[in-house]
This record gives sequence, structure tokens and C-alpha cells, in this order.
Amino acid sequence: MPHRYFLVALGVGALLATTACSGPFPQSTLHPAGDLGFEIDRLFRLLLWLAAGVFVIVESLLIYVAIRYRARPGQPPPPRVHGHTLLEISWTLAPVVILIVVAVPTVQTILRTQRPPGAGALEVSVIGHQWWWEYRYPESGVVTANELHLPVSRPVVLSMTSADVIHSFWAPRLGGKRDVIGGRTNRIQFTPDSIGVFLGQCAEFCGESHANMGLRVVVQDSATFAAWIADQQRAPAPPDSLGAAAREGLEAYRRIRDPASNTCIICHAIQGVSGGLMGPNLTHLGSRSRIAGDMIPNTAEGLARWLRDPVAVKPGSKMPNIGLTEPEIAALVAYLQSLR
Amino acid sequence: MTPAAAHYTSTGLDNKKLAFWAFIGSECLLFGSLISTYLVYKGRSVSGPTPHEILNIPVTSVSTFDLLMSSLAMVLALAAVSRGDKVWARFWLGTTAFLGLVFLGFQYYEFTSFVREGLTIKTNLFGSTFFTLTGTHGAHVAVGVLLLLTLLVRSFQGKLGPEKAINVEVTGLYWHFVDVVWIVIFTVVYLIQ
Amino acid sequence: MATATQLSAPHDSGRSGLWSWITTTDHKRIGILYGVSAFVFFLIGGLEALFIRLQLARPDNTLVSAETFNQLFTMHGTTMVFLAIMPLSAAFFNYIVPLQIGARDVAFPRLNAFSYWVFLLGGLFLNASFLVGAAPNGGWFGYVNLTSRQYSPGLNIDFWVLGLLVLGIASLAAGFNFIVTIINLRAPGMRMMRLPVFTWMTLITQIIVVTAFPVITVGLVFLMFDRFFGTTFYSLAAGGDLLLWQHLFWLFGHPEVYILILPAMGIVSEVLPTFSRKPLFGYAVVVYSGALIGFMGWGVWAHHMFAVGLGPIADSVFGATTMLIAIPTGVKIFNWLATMWGGQVRFTTAMLFAMGFIAMFVIGGLSGVMHSNPPADLQQTDTYFVVAHLHYVLFGGAIQGLFAGIYYWFPKMTGRLLNEKLGKVHFWVTFLGMNLAFFPMHFIGLLGMPRRIYTYRPELGVETMNLVSTIGAHIIAVALLVFIYNVWRSWRRGEVAGNDPWEGATLEWTIPSPPPDYNFTVIPEVVSRLPRWSVTQMKAIPDVPPEPIHVPGGSYWPVVAALGIIGMATGAVAYALWIVLLSGAVLIFSIYRWAFEPFEG
Repeated sequence: MPHRYFLVALGVGALLATTACSGPFPQSTLHPAGDLGFEIDRLFRLLLWLAAGVFVIVESLLIYVAIRYRARPGQPPPPRVHGHTLLEISWTLAPVVILIVVAVPTVQTILRTQRPPGAGALEVSVIGHQWWWEYRYPESGVVTANELHLPVSRPVVLSMTSADVIHSFWAPRLGGKRDVIGGRTNRIQFTPDSIGVFLGQCAEFCGESHANMGLRVVVQDSATFAAWIADQQRAPAPPDSLGAAAREGLEAYRRIRDPASNTCIICHAIQGVSGGLMGPNLTHLGSRSRIAGDMIPNTAEGLARWLRDPVAVKPGSKMPNIGLTEPEIAALVAYLQSLR
Repeated sequence: MTPAAAHYTSTGLDNKKLAFWAFIGSECLLFGSLISTYLVYKGRSVSGPTPHEILNIPVTSVSTFDLLMSSLAMVLALAAVSRGDKVWARFWLGTTAFLGLVFLGFQYYEFTSFVREGLTIKTNLFGSTFFTLTGTHGAHVAVGVLLLLTLLVRSFQGKLGPEKAINVEVTGLYWHFVDVVWIVIFTVVYLIQ
Repeated sequence: MATATQLSAPHDSGRSGLWSWITTTDHKRIGILYGVSAFVFFLIGGLEALFIRLQLARPDNTLVSAETFNQLFTMHGTTMVFLAIMPLSAAFFNYIVPLQIGARDVAFPRLNAFSYWVFLLGGLFLNASFLVGAAPNGGWFGYVNLTSRQYSPGLNIDFWVLGLLVLGIASLAAGFNFIVTIINLRAPGMRMMRLPVFTWMTLITQIIVVTAFPVITVGLVFLMFDRFFGTTFYSLAAGGDLLLWQHLFWLFGHPEVYILILPAMGIVSEVLPTFSRKPLFGYAVVVYSGALIGFMGWGVWAHHMFAVGLGPIADSVFGATTMLIAIPTGVKIFNWLATMWGGQVRFTTAMLFAMGFIAMFVIGGLSGVMHSNPPADLQQTDTYFVVAHLHYVLFGGAIQGLFAGIYYWFPKMTGRLLNEKLGKVHFWVTFLGMNLAFFPMHFIGLLGMPRRIYTYRPELGVETMNLVSTIGAHIIAVALLVFIYNVWRSWRRGEVAGNDPWEGATLEWTIPSPPPDYNFTVIPEVVSRLPRWSVTQMKAIPDVPPEPIHVPGGSYWPVVAALGIIGMATGAVAYALWIVLLSGAVLIFSIYRWAFEPFEG
């Protein structure tokens, strides 16, 4: 029987080993890339070691007792021990001490990570929707979706609310999650310290396509970030400068359809073309690496698949299948890809 | 006259009474949650009538007094049943039930006039919390009236002798509890604005 | 030791057939009804789990649709909490508590039957939703405003709200019944501090039930009113606060997890001493810590809301209270280990499951302590790390504890022992399966997989661990098949148990297996906490009653009343007011008939 416990322990060790190497785990909480992530990770490792210690002590005691005191034939009845006050007090106080040891850095971390942001922080408004993320940069007027760009080493404050049900913004490598709740603005602040792409997704059950509400955070050096902002602020190319296919796509985009709810311009915004607020802003859709809640690659094939039948890709999607013809789809793809 | 073969209980308390106290504990949490919600939402309605505009303290004070008097009648009813006084038992049981119905009448009047003045359960946070809280209380009063009328009928059937006083006592506990809850509601909803 | 004269198990005299079961008010029969029904629901919940695990065995899998998956995990959670663990515990409350306190039945036998029927009908009602393709799909925790009419327009959430309200009635009624039973129906000399720990834990659990269920009742009523009558409790447009639901739900929800675990802890506290041949170490402390857990459980609810943004003070306070509650819980573990220390441990299946409880609950408790840390929890909450935690405490803990109870008390209930060899297979296969199923979830969560998602991207790198978990879940299923076979075989053909197959210390082992209708020929006079082990022997209980004992007959009014209640729920979900009113009338009518029928409790 004791052998079982050792096997489990070995298994634990093996699994721990796999995660200790920073393999391809893009949403790992164990490989922080920002100060909030580091703070949390530090506390977590303290807890992990304490827990491992308690685990070893208790399980060893259990195994020891099972072996040492197993019934053997011909034994007299064991002495009737009902308790031992000193022992019981000690094993009550010992956990209290451990918990105090944990509580102090915990409260310090809570206060440190929730203190009001400094003056130079980059502010971004995050609005959660079923099932995509809207970002607005008040400083620069940029409006985009799902792909959040941030400059490295600059504190950022995300002010978050929901347009519908409760969601939760979570980019694990950058820190913990924060729920996104209608009627309320929640804030999460952190400073990313590595350049790279960090994946995340909604972490509060929000309906049929909760699993399809991904996000990505692109952390860039300040120059690249500034260039991105400039690109996002630029108005789209005028229609006459578009190629033939793209111009057809623009026509298809603007076409009024029946029922009216099938009309693209009702839900989407493209600067200079339409002002819909229900769906993501498409003005710079071509600049994003993925679409549909960070679920599909932003390629011609991916866009076509999405346009052909959004509901098949994302169950429950509010974007209906409007029965586009293949030529229409090809044209729209050309147009959307031109929106860099 | 010895009390009828009361079943042995470890505490000496009748099972029904003990069950009843547990029930009252539970009901405290029920009304506590309703009252807390009322307080949390107080002053946060975005539109529609406010308590200040619509609650009628003088009239509600009368109905509160009525409910308090009904508790007095209940005490007298229990005393009458315990000493085997059929006439006064029926009188006081009937009075308690009657005063309870008067309270419900006041509540009916209040609810209908609020609706006429534009406050329904759907109108705003105040409407939803007010009607749910006081409506739940009113439902409890109605159940109490049913219990009292049942006891009254049993008395007329000659089946409410002193050996059945426990049933009247438990009904009395229920009635007093409902009264106390009303005092809290009256204070929190009507008096403290 | 089995007494020679008790080898043939007496059966309920002259009361057999379906009608006798429908109208029974005997706590022992009601216990069996609860046990069998709960086990069937447990299997249903388990099937739901297997489908969930099959869907998640591979990334981007298409075994079930998103909507179906959302129904599966909602019903899995709701079923396991309300239709499996709680009623399995209730099976033991019903059967064992009156025996342990030396009573003939519970305080209100018809109310007891009523509780069972309302539970069964409530469970059937909830599952009937599958038949109309509208099973609840908002999670077992049903957060608004996702569950408001606007975002959940169908019948799914209506079934959920009404089903839970009905089940709450069953739990509340049983709660009052057992509180009065344990406080008022104890045999002479059975002082409170002589009660078996299982009975103590039952009492504490019932106190939690009657105080916590009203809170969720209110929360559910608000949601029902919003959905059916257009009230504004959870309406953003009217200025409502979505967090009101979360506070009300978790004020109930956290005490609820203690409702789920305390009975199993009580069982472990009975089984360990018996099979260590030693009294429980620190009986008083174990009792007090149970009471303390029940009390402190009210002060920790917002640890389910650390990601909600309640602010640093609330986070710190609830983090502290949650850490504190680990102490009485941990103390029990040490007391249990100390019970075995210096004893003579017999590794029966019941004992293995009790030890398995300790081994697995410690793991779940430790991950729980990690969750108690607000900043750390921001990475853990709503991920598979929590799924790991809750399954270690609820499966590794509560379910193993309940299995210990089954192996321990099955002989008392049926007069026959479960087969020990099959039992050991059941235990070890379960042990393997459960650790394979749930341990990887710690890593899956830490590597960034949230809960309640019907599929996940291959980039996450968690597919192998998900596959391992799926295999583990199926191994658990295999173990259950072994158990079912064991029960089926042993019910009629198992080794005869006699009064006391285990040399237990408490009163239930003084009477035949299964006990006669009236339980005790005479109500015993208790002189110590361990009546069968104490040096001061209590007066022997005669084999036959010195005078005839009247056992109350059955009653069908509890069933009718239960039908009235479920009729009201059905009418509501069908939007048919006339059914609601008619059923209400049936309910009131049946209550009156119940109140005035002649019945000697």
C-alpha cells in the first residue's frame, strides 16, 4: 500500500518537471511576464512549498501509522487514550503560526497591487461583449478589438466594464484575472516587462461561446508601439485607391440587406463608412493576427470561413449567417484585408 | 388535570415547540435577506416614486398598532385555551384572526393605492424590494390567519381542550414572530428614511 | 461479535409491496429510499462527467455542441451537489441517527417522508428538462445577468430556479426534523457530549441547512420574479447590482460546502476508531471544531469573489477568515491520525475509504488554502485548479467518506456484509482513477485553462493532461461497476452480519441487522459515550420487547403534498397558472388532511 503513494509522488514530480521548463505554454501562470504576474507567482511559490511540506508530513504520518500500527493476531486491546491537551494545543497553534507567516506578505501584496495607479500610466478601457473584447485608448482615440497592444515597461491601467453579461479578462502571463461586470468599472493594473505575444481568454462563464472569447496582448517596445498607435489612428484609404476586388467588397459591406439585421453597417464601425457599435470596430481589421475573438487566423481562408457561417464557427454568435455568395465573400475578404 | 401523555423529550420541550423555534431561526435568515436587500437598494432607484413620496406613515402606524393589538389578543387566547375557557378562547382566537385580516386589509389598500400612484413591483428597485418584502410578510400573516381560523373551527368542534394548548402556543409563537418582523420592517422601511 | 441468536435477519413484518414503500414513514425505509435514489442520480451525474471528459480529451473536439456541453457541466454540478452528495448523506442521517441516539424514529416521521418525496420529485423535475431539450445551462451557480431572461430566454433557467426552490423545501423540512430529533429524542443518559460524532456532525449540518437555505431561496425568488414578473432585482437598467446575486448565492454556497463535507467527516470519525480499536482521539475537540467550522463558514463567502474587485480591505478580510477556517479543519486530521496511532488497524474496505478520505482531503484542503490567498487566487479562480480542488475535497473527501459509510453500515441495513475482496478492488481502482482524473487538473489550471469551456486551443499545451484526466474518469466508472456488482450480489447472498460485525462502540451495533421496525426492544439507558466499549456496561437490551410496541402505520399525505409542490413548479415552467393554482389547492388540502389524520409519531 505505501508504494502507491510513492508512485503518485513520482508522477507529481514528473509533471512538475515538465512545467518547470518554460515549454510552449502561452497561457501559463507559472511564467510571468509582468510585475503583477511576478508578485502573484512569488506568493504562489511560498504557498506551494508550505503546502508540499504539510503534504509530506501528513501523508507520511498516515503511511507510518498504517504500517506501524496494523493489527497483528494475538494482540491485547490497545490502551484507551482519549486525548492529550498539550499535543492538541500545539497542533492547533502550529497552523496558526504558518498562516500568519503567509498572511503578512499576502496583505502587503494585496495593497501593493491594488494601490491607485501612478500618473504616467497608460489607460485602456476594456469592454467585454458576448464573445469578443473591445479596447479603447482614451489618450490616442484608438478603438480596436481582441488584440491589445501595450508598450513594454510602462504601467498600464485597464478600466473594464461589460456591455452585457459578466466576463473576466485574463492574460495569465501578465497577471491575475479581473471580472468584467455591467454597471461597474473594475480596474487591473500591471507593468509588462517582456516583449512578446501573450494569450488569454475570458475566464467567467458567459454563455454559449464562452470558450471562444480569446484575447491576445502584444507587448512592444515603445517605438513599435507608437508606430502601431499611429497606424490605428490613420483613416482608411479612400475608396478610389482600392483595388477592384476591394471596391466590390466595400459595396458588399455597405449593401442594405433583408432582414435589416443582416446588414453589416448596422453592427460594425469602419471609420468614414459606418458607425455600428454592436460588433467589433473593423477599421484596422487587416492589422490583427486573428479574428472572431482571437479564434481564427486572419488569413483569406480564415476570413472566408467566418463570413460564410459565423454561427458554425462560434455557436450562438450574434453575427448571423446571412447567406453570402462565394463571389461576395471573396470581395469582402479583399476589402477587409485592405483595412490595415 | 394532568397534561395528556406528553412524549418524553430530552429537553422537556415539546417537539413541536422545538421545531418551531428552529423554524423561526430559519425565518430570521429569510426575512434578514429580504430586509438586507431592501437596505442595499435603498435610494438607488433611477426613476419612479420614492419612499418619501409615496409611503403613508400615519395610516401604516394604525395598521402596525392593529397588529400589536392582535398579539395581545393571541396571548389572551392562549390563556383561555389553557384554562379550558371555551367562550373566551373562541372570542380571542376570533379577535386575533379578525385583527390579522384588518392588517391585511390595510395592506391591500396600500398596495392598490401605490399601483394607482405609479408604483408597481416592476417599476423600480424600491417597488421590487418593497412589494417583495412586505408581500412576503403579508403572506405570512395570511398563513397565520388560516392557522387561527383552523384553531377556531377546532374549538367549535370541541377539539381544542387544554391538552391541545400546545398547538395554540405554537401558533402564538408564529404570530408573535410575524409581529416582531413587522416592527422591524416598519422601522426600516417606513420610519427610517 | 455476531450473537448466535441473531443470525437470521428479521424483515419488516407484513409490510411489503410498492404501496408500503410509497406510504412509509419508517426512517430506515426512508433512508434506503434516499440512498438508492441518490446513487442513481450519482450515476447520472457521473455519465454527464464522462461526456464532459470525452469532449475535453482532445482540443477543438466536436463530440458535443457548445450548448450541450454547457448543459452537461451545469447538470453535473447541480446533480452531484443537490441530488447525489446531500441525499446520500441524508440516507445515513435517516437510517443511522435514530439508532445512534436510541430512538424509535425521528421526531416527525411524516415530515421525513415528505422530505424524501419532494427531493425525488425535485430531482426528476430537474432532469425532465433534458426531455424538452432545455436542461439548465447557466452553471450550477447561475450568475446573473447571464441567467436573466434577456440573456437566457429559454426554459433552461426556469427549470433550474424552480428545481432548486423545490429541493430547498426538502432540505429545510429534513433540517427541522433532525434538529428536533437529535436534541429531543435522545435516550436517557445520552447527553450531548456522549453523542456519536456522526450524529453531532449531522446536527451541525442541519443547523447550517436551515440557516443557509433561506438565503439562496431569497436569491432564487428574486431571479424567478425577474424572469417571470419583470421585477428589477438584477436589472442593470433599473440600477440593480449584479453582485447582489453573487453575495446571496455564496452566503448560501459556502456553508453549503460544509453541508457537503461535515457528514462525511462524521462517518470517518466513526469508522477510524472502530477499525483502530481505539476511541476517537480528542472527541470534544473534534465536536467543537465541527461546530466552529459550521459557524466560521458564514464568514468566508466572498473568497469566491476575489476576482470581482471588492477592494483591498474586503479581499484581505476574507482572505484572513478563509485561512483561519483551515485550522479547525486541519485539527480534525491530526485527531484522526492520533486515533490510529497506538491502535490496531484493521484494513477493511470501510477503513480504506476512511483513510483515503484523509489522504485526498488533505490535498484538497491544501489547494483550498492556496485559493484563500487573494492575489494567488486571481490566477487560480475560474480555472481547472479550482476544479482539481473541489474534486479532491468532494470526491476524494465526501464521496470516499460516504463509501466508507456504505461499507460500514450496509451490514446493519441489510443484515449482510459487502464482499471485502470486491470492496478492495473498488477502493484501489477508485484511488487510481481519481488521482489520474483530478491531479493533472492542478497543472491544467495553472497552465491557463479556464473552467466551463467546451473546448480549448491546442496551443495551450494541455491536451495530454486532459487525455490522462479523461482516462482517469473512466477508471472511476469501472470501479463503480465493481461496486454495483458487489451490492447486487451481497444484498441477498452476502455473508450474514449479525448485530455487530465490526465490534463497534455505538448503539446501532446493539440491535439486530437489519433492525426490527421499532429499533430497540426497550429504550436503552446510556451510561457512557462508547456504550459497547465502556467498562461500565449498560443494562443488556432484551431480545424481545417486554410489551407490544406500537409502530405507526404509513401515510400517503406526504406524497400528495409533495405532488402538490412539484405540480406548482411544473405549472410555473409551463406558464400555466391554472396548474399552479390547482396544485396549490392540492397542497393545502393535503396539509390539512395530514394535520388531522390520526397518527402516533
